[in-house]
Amino acid sequence: MKISLAQFQDNFVDALWHTDTEPMSLTALSSHFLPRHDSPPPEPSALAKLRSQPGFKIYRNTVIKSCIDALMANYPSVLRLVGPAWFHAAAAIHARNAPPTDVCMLVYGQHFPDFLKHYEGARELPYLADVARLDRSWTESHVAADAPLIGATDLTHLSAIELGNTVLRPHPSARWIWFPAQPAYTIWRSNRESAELDGELLWCAEGALLTRLNGTVIWQSAGLGLCTFLYACARGGTLAQAAEAAIQADPTQDIAQLLAELITAGALSPATPSDYS
Amino acid sequence: MTQDLGAGLGLRPQHYDAVLEHVTHGLWFEVHPENYMVAGGPRLAWLEAIRQHYPIALHGVSLSLAADTEPDPAHLRKLTDLIERIEPVLISEHLAWSTWRGLYHPDLLPFPRTHAALLRIADNISRTQDALGRRIAIENPTHYLHLETHEWSETDFLRELTQRTGCGLLLDVNNVFISARNLQFNAADYLDQIPADAVMEIHLAGHSEDSELGATLLIDSHDAPIAEDVWTLYDHFIDRIGARPTLIERDDHLPEFDVLLGERNRAQRQLTQQQVAA
Repeated sequence: MKISLAQFQDNFVDALWHTDTEPMSLTALSSHFLPRHDSPPPEPSALAKLRSQPGFKIYRNTVIKSCIDALMANYPSVLRLVGPAWFHAAAAIHARNAPPTDVCMLVYGQHFPDFLKHYEGARELPYLADVARLDRSWTESHVAADAPLIGATDLTHLSAIELGNTVLRPHPSARWIWFPAQPAYTIWRSNRESAELDGELLWCAEGALLTRLNGTVIWQSAGLGLCTFLYACARGGTLAQAAEAAIQADPTQDIAQLLAELITAGALSPATPSDYS
Repeated sequence: MTQDLGAGLGLRPQHYDAVLEHVTHGLWFEVHPENYMVAGGPRLAWLEAIRQHYPIALHGVSLSLAADTEPDPAHLRKLTDLIERIEPVLISEHLAWSTWRGLYHPDLLPFPRTHAALLRIADNISRTQDALGRRIAIENPTHYLHLETHEWSETDFLRELTQRTGCGLLLDVNNVFISARNLQFNAADYLDQIPADAVMEIHLAGHSEDSELGATLLIDSHDAPIAEDVWTLYDHFIDRIGARPTLIERDDHLPEFDVLLGERNRAQRQLTQQQVAA
């Protein structure tokens, strides 16, 4: 039976992702990611003929291997924590449930942290999803748009009122996360830097700030005040509002010191003059 | 513009520093544009730095010219941005598909060469060339499957596409060698049928044997030195069509840069000999 090019592609995609050991994955994939539009269902004999040839596995293996390799490259700290065999198994499941939608594989795996959060196999590792969020933050910082940074003296000429009304924007490469329940940043950092932990791991809340300076992604620990301040800035709040939120979150927060820290880290874009009023 | 290009190499991030440390005269590089379709950051900066010293070609892997739909306008916009930034000497894509209904299946997937497919692909190539304002070269894919529904031979299909759209060809000699083995046809005959005038670029690469089926199923793995049989086919091919920009691809089991440069220099010597003989 002669079929259209579109129907050939539908059949081929079904055959690519279908595995005999995981019969449900095809159903899950089809219902979540493969809108059928008006296409007729796959034609069984054509599909069987494709799959029965020894060469078909080359396509199937290449597609899944490319996805797994990209996840390994994009989540190096997770890989180091769980080892290649565990990672490979988890990544294969994730790739079948969430194939790439972007042709740039440097950014594949946006939903991998969420997957790990709910993945039965990671139940014993409650920090794994947060470690993955930090790997993801690194990638996002690495590929973020280039943009100028605020200068060290840009704010010094402003009066107190002008300063309070200034709207500061986080730099496109800045990423920050507060972990209220576990030391995910310390765990991530020791794996990212391939270093052993200094002393015993203190099980407490902590945060992280990632920025890009001179083309290199750098990281540092961040307090609740800093994270709250940046969230407020990202929402478009004034410096006064962001400072108030930061002090509310952490009454010991020194705002002048916080600003200096953020400017040095490259976390802020220049304030636009129209923001002063 | 491409007449002066000799032999070049696929550019890997692991070699960024090596190629900037010792600038090799006459060398050029090829990259997958998909790896640079990012908003900013060091990758684009590295590519721009290398572009200051070497010609760069863009070799796409995901535009999906052989899909039954028009090329993605967002993809074409990103490609245009990269072209403006890098000013590539050559732009190429595959006679294959990988994106379909919003998903990316990262491989170069086959299709039946029907007359309907020819019309669709010719239209997709024309739309791409119009959007980019440039002639592109289309690469022959590697084959692993017998499809019963082909209506055209691949060489006739490629020739027809060049005539209908004015596109050029990127002839991958290793792909021809592998496909000939896997589908049992004669690689030299295939190469003899390629229209010489259309060839804008040649690719060479290494391949491997399937772990279960051995030499009866070859894989386009780009993880080994170029096979001697492929060098021989290359010799015969440039003997017939003349020297063309020739690019060596290596993606896995990456050796030191000097080792790759050695392979590239062998291709350069063959090109130079061909030019002298001509």
